[in-house]
Amino acid sequence: MNISKSPWVLHYDGSSCNGCDIEVLATMTPLYDVERFGIINTGNPKHADVLLLTGGVNAQTAPVIRQLYNMMPDPKVVVACGICACDGGIFKECYNILGGADKVVPVDVYVPGCAVRPEALIEGVVKAVGILEEKRKKLKESMKAGYCTVDYSKMAVHMTADDYDPSTQYDAVLTEEALRQQAEEKIKASAKPVVPAAKPAAPAPKAPAPAAANNDVKGENG
Amino acid sequence: MYKWMIIKALLYILLAPVIGGLMSGLDRVFSARMQGRQGPPVVQPFFDVNKLLHKQTTVVNSIQVLFVTVYLIFTIFTGALFFAGGDMLLVFFALSMSEVMLVLAAFSTNGPYSIMGAQRELLQMMCYEPMTLLVAIGFYYANGSFMVDELITKPVPAIVQIPGFFIGFVFILIIKLRKSPFDLSTSHHMHQEMVKGLTTDLSGSNLALVEIAEWYDTVLMLGIVGLFFINNNPISRLWAIIAIAVVFFLETLIDNLFPRVKYKTMLIVTWSVILVFAGTNLLILNVLK
Amino acid sequence: MRSAVIMIGGFTIMAVAIYVAVNVLMSGDTSQFMYLEEAHAADTVIICGEVFLMCLVCFLSIKYKKYYAILISMAGTLPVLWMDLTGKAVEGNTHFRIDTFAAVMYLIVGIVGILICIYASGYMKDYHHHHTDVVDRSNYFLALMFVFLGAMFGLISSDSLSWIYFFWEITSVCSFLMIGYTRTQEAIDNSFRALWMNLLGGCGFAAGLMYSNMALGISNLSQVTSAEASKVIMIPVTLFAFAALTKSAQFPFSRWLLGAMVAPTPSSALLHSATMVKIGVYMLIRLSPVMEGTLTGVMITVIGGFTFFAASLLAITVSDGKKVLAYSTISNLGLITACAGTGTTEGVWAAVMLVLFHAVSKSLLFQTVGDIENCMHSRDIEDMHGLIIKLPRLAFIMIIGICGMFMAPFGMLVSKWAALKSFVDSGSVWLVLFLVFGSGSTLFYWAKWLGKICTVIHQSFELEDITPKSEMVSIFPLTAMIVVMCFAFPWMSGHMVQPILNEAFHTNIPDVIGGSDVVIMMIMVTMIFMIPIGARFLSIGKNSKMTMSYVAGVNAGDDRHYIDSFGKERALYMSNWYMEDFFGEKKLLWPCIWIATVLVLVMLIVVVGGALHV
Repeated sequence: MNISKSPWVLHYDGSSCNGCDIEVLATMTPLYDVERFGIINTGNPKHADVLLLTGGVNAQTAPVIRQLYNMMPDPKVVVACGICACDGGIFKECYNILGGADKVVPVDVYVPGCAVRPEALIEGVVKAVGILEEKRKKLKESMKAGYCTVDYSKMAVHMTADDYDPSTQYDAVLTEEALRQQAEEKIKASAKPVVPAAKPAAPAPKAPAPAAANNDVKGENG
Repeated sequence: MYKWMIIKALLYILLAPVIGGLMSGLDRVFSARMQGRQGPPVVQPFFDVNKLLHKQTTVVNSIQVLFVTVYLIFTIFTGALFFAGGDMLLVFFALSMSEVMLVLAAFSTNGPYSIMGAQRELLQMMCYEPMTLLVAIGFYYANGSFMVDELITKPVPAIVQIPGFFIGFVFILIIKLRKSPFDLSTSHHMHQEMVKGLTTDLSGSNLALVEIAEWYDTVLMLGIVGLFFINNNPISRLWAIIAIAVVFFLETLIDNLFPRVKYKTMLIVTWSVILVFAGTNLLILNVLK
Repeated sequence: MRSAVIMIGGFTIMAVAIYVAVNVLMSGDTSQFMYLEEAHAADTVIICGEVFLMCLVCFLSIKYKKYYAILISMAGTLPVLWMDLTGKAVEGNTHFRIDTFAAVMYLIVGIVGILICIYASGYMKDYHHHHTDVVDRSNYFLALMFVFLGAMFGLISSDSLSWIYFFWEITSVCSFLMIGYTRTQEAIDNSFRALWMNLLGGCGFAAGLMYSNMALGISNLSQVTSAEASKVIMIPVTLFAFAALTKSAQFPFSRWLLGAMVAPTPSSALLHSATMVKIGVYMLIRLSPVMEGTLTGVMITVIGGFTFFAASLLAITVSDGKKVLAYSTISNLGLITACAGTGTTEGVWAAVMLVLFHAVSKSLLFQTVGDIENCMHSRDIEDMHGLIIKLPRLAFIMIIGICGMFMAPFGMLVSKWAALKSFVDSGSVWLVLFLVFGSGSTLFYWAKWLGKICTVIHQSFELEDITPKSEMVSIFPLTAMIVVMCFAFPWMSGHMVQPILNEAFHTNIPDVIGGSDVVIMMIMVTMIFMIPIGARFLSIGKNSKMTMSYVAGVNAGDDRHYIDSFGKERALYMSNWYMEDFFGEKKLLWPCIWIATVLVLVMLIVVVGGALHV
């Protein structure tokens, strides 16, 4: 109840053809009016709960997506909107496309479609909100163990496009998950009572075809 | 007498967030209906703040939290002072101080959007500061006191003598309630050139504190609108509530009608409106005395 | 060695000043007049002094080829000499007056002035360390500062107009010498500008002095201020007020104070806070009871109000720290001038309070800016970005100083509040408008400076704080005074300002700021100091996660760089707003000066001309 009533959204265009972006904006219009559910498009990662990604990820946008994701406060979920964000779509074989959004951040909900339909999108966000709620409970536990005092600024990662190495995917940089593990090791080292770490929110991003996605959403492909 | 003052202040501290939150929710519903949408439930702002309080808080530095806390405390203090019947001038001085604290919170982050929002907020303060002081002076001219508890016991409501001040005040209320066309420093709408301006680098419970402070602020501002209409007749309180409703609706309407203006336009327009309406009113009052 | 002498000497002077002031304040009979039987020797010294000053000015004017200064200097001094030597001056009146107002001024000059001198002893060493191109004449400079303070004490204590005139001229010449200290072309130009403007004021004073002596048979300031209101008495009052306008750098005479920045910082601090500009407002506050309801009073009020508003707009557009302080001084003095011009008791109450708070805050700010300049080699506000990390100690002192200038429970704002009430009560609508719009812009320029200091930059390091101990001896007491004065202001109002009003108006006024308000203000002051302390103990925000600031997702890791669209790292910097194309100096300064010139001329012509005509 806490979070599900007001999911604030950050929408980022990885390298979309803008079809999905227009559909994302369409959900704000009087016809769909997602504000009914308390959804606001904030445009600011620090206020957002849900990261909506459209389009495949390319070398230039990968570090940006990672940074936006890292800046969002916990709990947070990622929704890949449209087939390109799910696995690269028709641009998959392009020289500059790394693949779907899950190449750089852990995706929680895959919403296929080209372009994604607003109805599908809304349902995707509603599903994401359910995950958000679970994550909040886990966060509560991990907060007690002191995970949230991790100081990002001290780990000043210089994130440029050149740094990006697709083979290592998102393990190469300090993601939330990596930081969690570090913190956990710290806690172990200081011999505090061990609290189960927050589980990875999404399965390892292998072959994230729409059919195999954990949260498949029925949607008509445009 | 002091007992009553404290009770009134406590009532404000307890009730203002409820009223302010509902006002904010109503505002969103009105806006949605004006745009032909259904809009969120009226209690949506409470859901939002509740969520923010339960989220992790990220900060850019630790001073930020201090400034935001001081901002909230002083905003509450200011409102309590007003509703307990304190000195109008002191209320406005304390108010501008609390605003400076919010601006400093944004400055301290060193983020480009925050600092841009902070500069714009300062400019907005420069725009409305003359009017807030003039309102206090207007009440003094009209009813001979700066004290709120004395002003509400006068036989004639202040609006009769200082309609120009009322117009000026309603005008700067657009800035104060962060409504378009003067919502330069932060915005409630998406996809803006300044992201979320002043509050860009605030998150979680810090942002919740800012939201709550704005509720308190809204109630204080609308209380001042009501003060224009209140006299020793109990029925006048009804008029005051009607006036508050009308003004609030008007602000929402203006918000939906006008696009944002540039800062220079804002400065010129607000200062001219203040000079023309409040200034002329002041001159006339002075001549009549 | 030199520092030790200055410290011992300075603290002795300060102790004596405080002793005298406290004695005066505590004694029941506050107004003491003194007549010197054997004044002949003193009079001779004064005449010789005046001649010496004139010769000095002439010599320097010829040396630097600024011949116009000779004319103005002679125009002021020679007629007075002629009057004194031919025995046309009125004899047999008191020479000294020591009353509560004098005691309050003793406190300002004795404490703030001496602290600045102590600061200067350390500062000048550093100054010559950095400015090797300037010839080290710091002994001369420090001596000048003490001469200046001596003249201040003399001026405050004097009641005889011709004595006041002598001390008045000393301060003009002293400030001229101090501004020209570095002997660069700019310094010389600015010093001569200060000289001619102040000598012009001196001419006005001399004219007033001669008129009151020869036409009215009055030779004392106290007789002028207690005289029956008539058209004739307004002539010297107007002339003295004109002189006071030049001294307190009101428009159109503001440019000398802006030019005074070229001198080393202690002289700016001295000119701005404790001495030079305060003489002008001292005179106006003395004259205030006579000016009530007269055209002179109205014009002085309008000029002051206009200066307050215009200077605060101009302060927005400059980024040089000292220049902002200079405009803020002009602006605040405008407010004091306007208060004094109303001639009401509340106005004078506000004016005295403003003088007190302004002296302390402004001298602290100047000293801190000087120290920051020594540490960072810049006094530009833009370079003070992140000062709270770079020089935390100085930054905190500066924050207190700035808060003291404009924030709610601090002294300056309290006085401003009283000023507003007094303007409303006296029905001066234009002044109310000037004040409300002026305080809007005042807020803007102080708050943006405060914001620049408070910005926290990541991965930035503390700079070496090379401020010597002798400067801290001056800065810490001043900082403490700002805080203490917040709490002490009801006491100050009762024991320092009320007696002044009694002396000037022979009436008691009710408290300008009432009982319950004082309680609330005290709560606010306590809260301001308690919250930061509480935050330390209550661990507010200790559980938060640290992130970088949001730069559209392309933050390069340290909040000061971002990745541009070519994948290159670029520096990122947010400058403050100066809005130069809107109220820039180029646009606003000269029109303001012309408007004010017209106002001054109207005042002089209508009042003096009108009275002479009758």
